[in-house]
Amino acid sequence: MALSLQSPFTQQVLDSLRAGDQVLLSGVVYTARDAAHARFCTALAAGEPLPVDLRGQTIFYAGPTPTPPGKASGAIGPTTSTRMDPYTPPLLAYGVKALIGKGQRSEEVKAALMQNGAAYFVAVGGCAASLAACVQSVEVLAYPDLGTESVKKLVIRDLPLTVAIDTRGEDFYREGQKRYLESVR
Amino acid sequence: MESIRTIPSAAITDCVARLCIRACTVLPGQVVTLLEAAGRTEPYPPAQNTLRLIRQNAVVAATKNVPICQDTGMAVVFAEVGQDVHIAGGTLEDAVNAGVARGYAEGWLRKSVIRDPLRRQNTGDNTPAVLHVRLTAGDHLKLTVSPKGFGSENMSRLAMLTPADGLEGVKAFVLETVRLAGANPCPPIMLGVGIGGTFEQVALLAKEALVELREGPHPDPYYAALEEELLSSINRLGIGPQGFGGRTTALSVRIKTAPTHIAGLPVAVNMGCHVTRHATETL
Ligand code: SF4
Repeated sequence: MALSLQSPFTQQVLDSLRAGDQVLLSGVVYTARDAAHARFCTALAAGEPLPVDLRGQTIFYAGPTPTPPGKASGAIGPTTSTRMDPYTPPLLAYGVKALIGKGQRSEEVKAALMQNGAAYFVAVGGCAASLAACVQSVEVLAYPDLGTESVKKLVIRDLPLTVAIDTRGEDFYREGQKRYLESVR
Repeated sequence: MESIRTIPSAAITDCVARLCIRACTVLPGQVVTLLEAAGRTEPYPPAQNTLRLIRQNAVVAATKNVPICQDTGMAVVFAEVGQDVHIAGGTLEDAVNAGVARGYAEGWLRKSVIRDPLRRQNTGDNTPAVLHVRLTAGDHLKLTVSPKGFGSENMSRLAMLTPADGLEGVKAFVLETVRLAGANPCPPIMLGVGIGGTFEQVALLAKEALVELREGPHPDPYYAALEEELLSSINRLGIGPQGFGGRTTALSVRIKTAPTHIAGLPVAVNMGCHVTRHATETL
């Protein structure tokens, strides 16, 4: 059974999650990919505020297709998280609490998640037509010059996710593959 | 003398625009068939569930006319131009790029192309396309648009192996590539493997092997057996759909080869995700 949860998360909820938990996430998340992350980290290094206050918030690594007229959102889905690894520890130290993407993370990111009590979720990659139905609104908040890579506020409802790395640093990629291999041994 | 057939460049633009939209919204029947077969052979329930979501998504995309994946890719276009064709009203390249710009605008597809690899300014219309042209016999023009997402493209690899590395070296390189890619290229993956040729040729062989989605087994039994062996080795790694464990790490392995030098054994793996798409039309 999937857990119905709200974003932003409370620390108590985040701490209660375990790698492998299925989640239906509702509430507010912010999109940011490579180019926005680079700008965030330049701002943080210079001691400047981010264009959007992301402390306590959830970042979704996603660049949707344009929203066609009459629809709430274009197709949307996670991009590969590894590319955001170099930018992630400073953002977690700044106060971002949850990340949504796809694929494994580095040991540095795992350590930073544990240290900051944050969690990493994944959505199924390449299912953007289905996931679009979970997005109720899309609003560009910062860096409009980046096109699909701009920072957008999404209001979502029941976005299906899996907890990939929990606040204790447990990694469901490792665990899931191990469980499968044991099941066929 | 053969007569020359004239094809207006506007017809090429129209065709490419249509193909961009079709490729991004309708998964090729062959990929659907492979996904259905995987659903029947996958023994691990969580993996079965992911495969079901993936199949449902393709149905939603095709029926609602929305992109299968938000990464609608860089437009890789293959043009087979009959040598009795005259393109009137503009160059092939301009016609193709105009088609990509129109298709990505009219289809509400994502614009993911940047002008310069280091200075990174989005071109805003997903051009330029990556255009591969081949001259063929006859007076037809065959166009294939294959939008390539970079979650999988980034996990592709190329190695200049030596003759001593041989068959075992090729197998080890393919498996290592899949292992390193892990969950990143949206498994279940599809692999295009190029073997032979030169440095640049082997990459194109791998791309063609992926895009052509050849029907049936490899015509050469030696390579048909190698494709089968690689596929079953990959599907023993345990990565599984989405990387959360399962048998179905790959849906297919397709090999294309070319003659090579006595000193060389180039090998390239072009990684494709479960949204390995293309659309083709002949003018
Ligand atoms: S790898 Fe393929 S399925 Fe995954 S996000 Fe990229 S294009 Fe989509």
